[in-house]
Amino acid sequence: MIGANALLMVMVVAIGYLIWEGTGIWGLNNPVGWGWAIINFVWWVGIGHAGTLISAILFLFRQDWRTAINRFAEAMTIFAVMCAGVFPAIHVGRIWAIYWVFPIPNQMAMWPNFNSPLLWDVFAVSTYFTVSLLFWYVGLVPDLATIRDRATDKIRKVAYGIFSLGWTGSNRHWWNYEKAYMILAGLATPLVLSVHTIVSFDFAVSMIPGWHTTIFPPYFVAGAIFSGFAMVLTLMIVARKIYGMKDIMTDDHMEKMNIVILVTGSMVGFAYMMEFFIAWYSGVEYEKAIFMLRATGPYAWAYWAMMTCNVLSPQFFWSKKLRRSVGFTFFISIVVNIGMWFERFVITVTSLANDYLPSSWDYYSPTIWDVLTYVGTFGLFFTMFLLFLRFLPMVALAEIKAVIPQADPHNYDEETGEFHKPKVEVPKPQSEKV
Amino acid sequence: MSTKEQNLYGILAEFKNPKELIDVAKTMSKSGFSKFDTFSPFPIHGMDKAMKLKKSKLGWIVFAHAIIGFTGAIAMMYYMSVVDYPINISGKPFFNAPAWVPITFELTVLLSSFGAVFGMFYLNGLPKLNNPLFNVERFKKATDDGFFACIEADDDKFEAEEVKKLFKEAGASHIEEVYE
Repeated sequence: MIGANALLMVMVVAIGYLIWEGTGIWGLNNPVGWGWAIINFVWWVGIGHAGTLISAILFLFRQDWRTAINRFAEAMTIFAVMCAGVFPAIHVGRIWAIYWVFPIPNQMAMWPNFNSPLLWDVFAVSTYFTVSLLFWYVGLVPDLATIRDRATDKIRKVAYGIFSLGWTGSNRHWWNYEKAYMILAGLATPLVLSVHTIVSFDFAVSMIPGWHTTIFPPYFVAGAIFSGFAMVLTLMIVARKIYGMKDIMTDDHMEKMNIVILVTGSMVGFAYMMEFFIAWYSGVEYEKAIFMLRATGPYAWAYWAMMTCNVLSPQFFWSKKLRRSVGFTFFISIVVNIGMWFERFVITVTSLANDYLPSSWDYYSPTIWDVLTYVGTFGLFFTMFLLFLRFLPMVALAEIKAVIPQADPHNYDEETGEFHKPKVEVPKPQSEKV
Repeated sequence: MSTKEQNLYGILAEFKNPKELIDVAKTMSKSGFSKFDTFSPFPIHGMDKAMKLKKSKLGWIVFAHAIIGFTGAIAMMYYMSVVDYPINISGKPFFNAPAWVPITFELTVLLSSFGAVFGMFYLNGLPKLNNPLFNVERFKKATDDGFFACIEADDDKFEAEEVKKLFKEAGASHIEEVYE
């Protein structure tokens, strides 16, 4: 916690200096007007996507195993989107004018430009954050009521009492509640796909070689799920060890998530190859040149780091033994996120640094302030995450109870009312230490 | 603290497992009670049918919000970029429908989600500051591992002794009067 707070302070200082001095403290130069800020933004938003995928899409597909990790993953989503939101907000330079992005009547009588992908982003990301927060909170209400009823001291009782809204577990409430949860899952599913699609439009709608491609939306979404699952695994492996929750977040969960990583990683790898093919097939010399420069030019080191981390490393998960190895999964989950960061670096920087006119080419390198701001967002992320682990149930209690065999009335004997299907041993959730 | 002189709110009974609770819910709805409810730590499969609950109205609330979000988004953009202050950007049309799709979509989803969450709270009467059932110490188990049924005293057919008998026959492990 102290470490996380220290990093958070680093972020506050880095942003404070940025506001004081301006974006000149970053390594941006004339052709490369988008640097680490957008890279980090896309990276964090992408990480967030796994949480929504787990909570909404797997819910609609009735994948009961998701209940073990959904609360956790949703929390990760919210905090990752918070970290992502920092970058577009601060990169505008004159941060006090950030409200111009919203359609608020102002003294200039000006409105935002609704044709701009950057404005679509404002709506996409803020909607995504709001809906994720609502979805998370709705899931939390019954669990907050559980904590309220188990609370021993007054402060807890009142605090959890307020946030659980007087929930009683009434079936007349569950009836509307389940409907609401289902509708939210149905809304969040297209939403999560739209958000990274719109993020990819920031690039794809422009005319820069290497960006102006139709493959971007699906390729960005696959990459987002890829990196998000890796982040969930990183956090889950640590948390289940510290809290002794191996019975709830099992190796089976890990294996299933590794399969998702393998699939999405292969999709990302396919997209990389396809980009090259289309660059050649299009016959546009700038397209061809930029892709050759990516692989062999001044940023080849970043390109090959990306290829190794994103295309090669998930392929190890064809092996069942490696999919179930905790240590190896932990290692790969971190490698994948490093790779995904490099992917955004390659996309953003290589295309800008070497565009149409060689006379306007330049090499981009970050300054210490770029690095500190990025590192600092980890402080924000982990501070929020640790507070979450401390004060809220990290496993969805009510949902776990609902999927154990004892919960299904059909598993009881008609005559005696005895429970009669104990052949699948499902561990009961351990009570939260709150 | 509470005195015994207060109004009777209803009779609360505890049951051992979800199966018993479903059975008693069937009995309650068959006996013609209308102001009854069951309480469980998780939604029980088949309970809505046992209690004879019709389809939740929430879908309509969400649909209404979706329409507001959709038309609201288009109306907002139309007013701002066509009516109030049209700006020629690279010769693109002022009413630029394809470019407006993302924001229209996002606002539709946003408003629908508000409809789903706040509509659900509204239908459930939440947040509720207090509930007579919270006077019962035992009722704390309803969010942990307890299964409860309650018939309210202002139900037309309510008759304290009758209700207690109904619960007893259904195999309640504990029966209690709840006061407001």
